Amino acid sequence: MNAQNLPRWADIGLLPVLNILAALVVSGLIIALIGEDPFRAMGVMIKGAFVYKGALGYTLYYTTNFIFTGLAVAVAFHCAMFNIGGEGQAYMGGLGAGCAVLLADAILPGFLMIPFAVVFASLFGAVWALIPGWLQAVRGSHIVITTIMFNFIASTLIVALLAGPMMRDGQGAPETRPFAESAQMPYMHDLMAWFGIEAARTPLNISLFLALAAAVLVWFIIWRTRFGYAVRAMGFSPGAAEYAGMNSTRIIVLAMALSGALAGLMASNAVLGEPHKLVLNFTGGYGFTGIAVALMGRNHPIGIVLAALLFGALTQGGTELDFEFQTITRETVLVVQGLIILFSGALYYLFAPWVARVLNLTAKKEAAT
Amino acid sequence: MAGEVTEGGASAPSSPLKPYALETCGISKSFGEVHANRNIDLQISTGSIHGIIGENGAGKSTLMNILYGLYQADRGEILINGEVAKITNSAAAIKHGIGMVHQHFMLVDLFTVLENVMLGAEEDFALTKSVASTRALISRMDKDYGLTVDPDTKIADLPVGLQQRVEIIKAMRGGQRILILDEPTGVLTPQETEGLFAILRALRDEGATIMLITHKLQEIMALTDQVSVMRQGEMVAHRATAVTSREELAELMVGRKVLLQVAKPDVVMGAPVLKAENLRYVDDNGVERIKGLNFDVRAGEILSVAGVSGNGQTELLDVLAGILPPSGGSMTIDGTKITAEAPVGPAGMRDLGVSHVPEDRHRRGLVLPFDGLENSILGFQDGPAAGEGFAMDKGAIAARAQRHVEEFDVRPPTAGLRAAQYSGGNQQKLVLAREIDAAPKLLLIGQPTRGVDIGAIEFIYERLMEMKAQGCAILMVSVELEEALSLSDRILVMSNGEQTGMVNREDADEKSLGLMMAGIEEGAA
Repeated sequence: MNAQNLPRWADIGLLPVLNILAALVVSGLIIALIGEDPFRAMGVMIKGAFVYKGALGYTLYYTTNFIFTGLAVAVAFHCAMFNIGGEGQAYMGGLGAGCAVLLADAILPGFLMIPFAVVFASLFGAVWALIPGWLQAVRGSHIVITTIMFNFIASTLIVALLAGPMMRDGQGAPETRPFAESAQMPYMHDLMAWFGIEAARTPLNISLFLALAAAVLVWFIIWRTRFGYAVRAMGFSPGAAEYAGMNSTRIIVLAMALSGALAGLMASNAVLGEPHKLVLNFTGGYGFTGIAVALMGRNHPIGIVLAALLFGALTQGGTELDFEFQTITRETVLVVQGLIILFSGALYYLFAPWVARVLNLTAKKEAAT
Repeated sequence: MAGEVTEGGASAPSSPLKPYALETCGISKSFGEVHANRNIDLQISTGSIHGIIGENGAGKSTLMNILYGLYQADRGEILINGEVAKITNSAAAIKHGIGMVHQHFMLVDLFTVLENVMLGAEEDFALTKSVASTRALISRMDKDYGLTVDPDTKIADLPVGLQQRVEIIKAMRGGQRILILDEPTGVLTPQETEGLFAILRALRDEGATIMLITHKLQEIMALTDQVSVMRQGEMVAHRATAVTSREELAELMVGRKVLLQVAKPDVVMGAPVLKAENLRYVDDNGVERIKGLNFDVRAGEILSVAGVSGNGQTELLDVLAGILPPSGGSMTIDGTKITAEAPVGPAGMRDLGVSHVPEDRHRRGLVLPFDGLENSILGFQDGPAAGEGFAMDKGAIAARAQRHVEEFDVRPPTAGLRAAQYSGGNQQKLVLAREIDAAPKLLLIGQPTRGVDIGAIEFIYERLMEMKAQGCAILMVSVELEEALSLSDRILVMSNGEQTGMVNREDADEKSLGLMMAGIEEGAA
């Protein structure tokens, strides 16, 4: 048995756990080097992410963002497209949601306003990914380059709009006016109160359900439809896809549009869910971290949801770490995140040879007895 | 122990007056199951031009790569000027005086000739010394061998023939006396080829030793002093060029193989299903790959397209399957005329009743990471084979794949493995099952038994005969001549994109086919 031929459970179950442990060990060493007790820090992080009042709500709020962007990267990846533009597509999704709300929140009731804004968010995201997809399919412009460039265009465009036509009247900050209540995603704590359960006030809103539904939908589209079949065939073997008579331009463009729509949907959480207005840099790097989430989740919706939860916990627990310790800052937390990405992304198969050897030994022992 | 004996044994008889420039003893090399080289013995005299000829896949390139240190032989040894040489990498080969001109040039397009020749042999930091010595080298090459080329022109601005001269100068930069050329004329015009030959003759007359690898008979006859023939990884004959003939070499290359006995059904042939008229294809680089083919395939007929691989057969299959659009002429399939102006894609071709078993099942015929189920609908994903509704019908696909597995005796008898996990023969059965399941009017099949074991070969042949009996028109492309002779009713021979012959099976033999494959038109020899 060699490293590439591990049994499935070891490949998708054991290796990620080993990778995370390795990242935590190295992080612990760094924290020890700073002069803090790594075990206490670990405790603070876990409590900060799951135990303290409201901690879980914040963790799940961040998780929601990561699910959307992770799914976006994964869908493109199944078509062998490396979509680095999740950040820009999410940003444009925010613009779409913002435009929809500013235009219509005075007239539309909530049950129409929110779906309307969500559709706009995904449409804007889709268009923002569709253009690089089309350029790749028809002109051969490399998708990595174009999606990166589109991140910059989106960023500058929104700065211009927020500092100009979309800026709140009589106000100096580059942001829109607050959205009307009809355009605000219902909070989870409100929803739970409705069922008689008391929960802490957190930004967590029903976008989480939307994210989970998106995960199921992505699974269905990729593994159960003709379109998903074509996407994966293209991704694995362009020659076979050509032979099978698939229209590569159409498939690439549609796969990228779907990818961008998923990234754009992040705005339903990070715009309609919490600040209830369009602000600068609400995407906060979630689009980029989505690449790590997809990598770690092996481009499968279940893996992505789990990886998103981990990154959500890291984000929230990391904030707590920052509060608790004088010497540990947000930047230290970024180091921990970086290590996890390094071990579970770039070094995914680092421990595979050892695992293979151990499994071989046990297999031999079993054969001997 | 064994090594000592061999060395002692080799040194005693091998001290003739003039040792061979290069000698191999029992070189063997396998890639997995494939024996690319088996027990190769070869002697090349100093100051001669020695040709190595063989079909594609005969193992010529593997041997050259071993001599140049790019591969390591599993067994055997290499002697240079009578002494055992350990060639572990190309630097060692260069040190032993071997230079190589690759089939695909390894030049930096944006560098000048001088910079390219200097590359890898820079001497001083500011390059002043290197530039001077390289310039001197280039002018010496010009004077001595007629290797004329302007040192200050960019490679990108040179025609291919001159680029090749730069490669030769590079290969001989360090005073190399043994030069290996791998298919050097593949990219040259006839005039450039003549120029190259003149240079090679001049080099030989100066005492250099030249090995020429080719599959073109006329080059061997025109240029070499000695010729060695390779077939299926083995060295099958050595001849002095002066005493051999094209016919003999063609026969040696192809070999007299035992024909597999295939019981051909008696079929009354019907109307033409496929009719090609002046069919042409020009690739993206403007090279004409198919030069005006005229043929038809009737219902119940098997037409083989024979030829040394790379002479347009692959493009022909792709054009007929709709993967490539024709550039001129037309093909009429079951009454539907397809031209450059009105091309039909692969999906449209399937609708016309054309099935295609591609030459390269790894790159085209299968998606290797997909399992047997998913592969069973490749090409039919938009049709009823994948189910009725928006979602694919997993149950229907599984039933279809299982039926393929049973009818075609795929082993292991399950469709659940990933395609890459089946053996070559079983992969081919999966593709064949899928394509035959569509009940085609025209079946295109490329290299039906490439990488397929004997048992599966018989099975595949029987299936093709069944299709023939049912009135399917079959167009087969195969580099295996005995396959064409065993299966077909007529044989079309292609050379360099042209149709050099169309013979009935009864009138065909290996010798005449070999000549046509070498580009000598039917009846001309």
